Amino acid sequence: MAPKTPQSNFSGPVVVDPVTRIEGHLRIDATVENGKIVDVRSSSQLFRGLEIILKGRDPRDAQHFTQRACGVCTYVHALCSTRAVDNAVKVKIPKNATIMRNLVMGSQYLHDHLVHFYHLHALDWVNVANALQADPVKTAALSNSLSPNRKETADQFKAVQTKVKALVDSGKLGIFTNAYFLGEKKNEAYYLPAEADLMAVKHYLDALHMQVKAARAMAIFGAKNPHTQFTVVGGVTNYDALKPDRIAEYKALTDEVIAFIKDFYIPDLLAVASFYKDWAGIGGTSNFISFGEFPTDEYNLDSRFFAPGVIMKRDLAKVASMDQKKIEEHVKHSWYVGDKAHHPYNGVTEPKYTKLEDKDRYSWMKAPRYNGEACETGPLATVLVAFAKGHKPTVDAVKFVLNYLKVDASALFSTLGRTAARGIECLVTANQMQVWLDALVGNVKGGDTELYTPWKMPNEAEGVGFVQAPRGALSHWIKIKKGKIENFQLVVPSTWSLGPRCAAGKLGPVEEALMGTPIFDPHRPVEILRTVHSFDPCIACGVHVLDAKTGKTSSFKVL
Amino acid sequence: MKISVGHGLADAEKRLEESGVSRRDFMKFCGIIAATMGMGPAYATEVAAALTADNRPSVIWLHNAECTGCSESILRMASIDGKTAYIDTLILDVISLEYQETIMAAAGEMAEKALHDAMKKPYLLVIEGGIPMKDNGIYGKVGGVTMLEMVKKAITSKNCLATIAYGTCAAYGGVQAAKPNPTDAKGVKAVFPKSLVINVPGCPPNPYNLVGTVVAAIMTVTKKAPLPALDGDLRPTVFFGATVHDQCERQPFFEKEQFAMSFDSPEAKKGWCLYKLGCKGPSTYNNCPTKKFNPLDKGVGVNWPVQAGHPCIGCSEPNFWDKMSPFYEMEK
Repeated sequence: MAPKTPQSNFSGPVVVDPVTRIEGHLRIDATVENGKIVDVRSSSQLFRGLEIILKGRDPRDAQHFTQRACGVCTYVHALCSTRAVDNAVKVKIPKNATIMRNLVMGSQYLHDHLVHFYHLHALDWVNVANALQADPVKTAALSNSLSPNRKETADQFKAVQTKVKALVDSGKLGIFTNAYFLGEKKNEAYYLPAEADLMAVKHYLDALHMQVKAARAMAIFGAKNPHTQFTVVGGVTNYDALKPDRIAEYKALTDEVIAFIKDFYIPDLLAVASFYKDWAGIGGTSNFISFGEFPTDEYNLDSRFFAPGVIMKRDLAKVASMDQKKIEEHVKHSWYVGDKAHHPYNGVTEPKYTKLEDKDRYSWMKAPRYNGEACETGPLATVLVAFAKGHKPTVDAVKFVLNYLKVDASALFSTLGRTAARGIECLVTANQMQVWLDALVGNVKGGDTELYTPWKMPNEAEGVGFVQAPRGALSHWIKIKKGKIENFQLVVPSTWSLGPRCAAGKLGPVEEALMGTPIFDPHRPVEILRTVHSFDPCIACGVHVLDAKTGKTSSFKVL
Repeated sequence: MKISVGHGLADAEKRLEESGVSRRDFMKFCGIIAATMGMGPAYATEVAAALTADNRPSVIWLHNAECTGCSESILRMASIDGKTAYIDTLILDVISLEYQETIMAAAGEMAEKALHDAMKKPYLLVIEGGIPMKDNGIYGKVGGVTMLEMVKKAITSKNCLATIAYGTCAAYGGVQAAKPNPTDAKGVKAVFPKSLVINVPGCPPNPYNLVGTVVAAIMTVTKKAPLPALDGDLRPTVFFGATVHDQCERQPFFEKEQFAMSFDSPEAKKGWCLYKLGCKGPSTYNNCPTKKFNPLDKGVGVNWPVQAGHPCIGCSEPNFWDKMSPFYEMEK
């Protein structure tokens, strides 16, 4: 019989704070009864106030401020703000600018998902210490069986083992100190064979070097990573990147990264998943929202390569179009005054911190709801919408994964499904990169080097930008008055996925996902990390919507 | 984010050898670091001695109000020659990184314990992010305590040898400290004026500047070298001694008064000077034009904002969010 997550009869509270290997400051407060989570709260622990800081500034500058919402999902806020102001000033940007923005976003998807799988998520599944028990010869055989393009040797795995052994023998474990897979007693929640553990440890290191290349590719068009500096309202600025040698450099780096994704990331994901198949029945949610991404026409959401849409109650037969009017934000269980839900246009933001372990009001995040329902966003939402709409590249990739794991589509609604969907989104995006690059090269060869359309700042205007970031649905909303920012709002993926309860008491998606999760060892609750990390939390993004200075209502809180 | 981080204070050279780094490579690396710090090749031996000494400090890295872009930036370092170990691996291999929330395996109380234990012996402190001060710091908490309390405990401990404020937020408060500074966020030195603080600003900084500063700090606290020269904003002058403008590849256009006047102009396409589109290079001290960002081989990066046709926004200057903006207008 396949190994399963061990069960316990523990009852009591389990708190994880800080949740590490994420962006930002997150706390999970769970109540466990007879070995299963029966109550849970997701609490964000930092507030920064970016929206307040933006008021009165030049709308063109917004992208630089908002990009500093997050350095992990870098670029996405810069793009979203730029789209919002493009929209407000009604400028039609050149085709090449759209393509260049897509290429940088594509690089961000490749980079972000690769890093998430190996460096932020893998240690929830991979027992580094157990890699010492592996046979390097068998490990090489296992690894090479997963892709015809792998040519790994026993010596390479032996070298990694030696490195891990030196680490353990030294007694100084650095970043692995007190990891949940360590302890006097083996943590039975980890059950990969030793060879799979060793293989994953080696690829953890290889991926560390590969992500440098993915970021470097992004910088050829984006100027630098983290924090690109090439977008402007009206287009992009990077004429240097249109030179054939720069495009060739981008292509060479990107091809190398894509090969790694195909030959290592995806096969490793499937291999690890095949050992943890019981996690296809743990950690699911019900509703999903995606804004879609990679437009051919910046002004038409339906032109996006991944389509926008909403799925309710896991019903893949019905994908609704996304209607921003159905969005409300709740504060009844957040550190704000009041308990009424508002459409963001009429949002009220009045901070009122209570205390750390308050069960009633417990997070700096608000709780966005679509038609009154909590919706998960991120790769799983994007993949489900694309799959349900019959987007062929996505359908093919989903079918390939389901067939490999011998599970049906219902398995997608789980922690494992969420992690697999991230790989699928990455793979499908990777396969599209060359199409965009060819289009850019074709335009340049045809003499079209336009990257920017001039425009004039209106006295009054409003606009919105929608982005499907690697972590999900992101929107920025701007109101311009007298040529300055009168109001600016960000509604970000992590409030959708990791926000608290709403006025109706409905759990946020990560809370819903954690309910019923088995906890074997309350001192090493890796099961909580598995599900929380599968959402790829980015908390800094989620916690900037409060005016702490004045405690005043935001008259404009949109989407 | 690397398995080799912090695996011990002793036997650094032996461990390096085991990870495929020969003494020759290591000395080459030390030579480059010495040169980076403006110390001259003779200092390579001193650098090596400082990095392999048994009594060198471990490193504790704390996060406050920030975006984690600084942590990310350090993970973008590459190898010196594209073949040997990556510089970040090497440097973090040699030091002992005891606490770093972005990459560490432990979480929750196990992570807190790691921090507690690490503070029992001498360490270098690296701070990322500004410190929210308003209402006793309630706007940022880690493990149930405010960031202010957490940093205070770490920086005022007798075991804290020196502090590096990495990034503009830690150095000067950063984006959350821009007007009206809703959480009253401050840089480390402003909150702890008596502490020894070296600022390595940038949004994010070039990771080279951190690697060099960490080595310099280790050499300082192990008494192998004096404290590197700092400017009035506590930045090492070896990295921050010249303006972006003075090192810029477009500077000759400035001299000839050849300016791009709009982003779609033939002059923009030809790569003329961006000063009139708002470039803040003349008022910004940093080494972006020479080091660039996202290196792979030989330590030189692949691009930087001005090369990508975008004006410099002055991100390594104190209070640049207010002082340098609007970013697309000429400086007044």
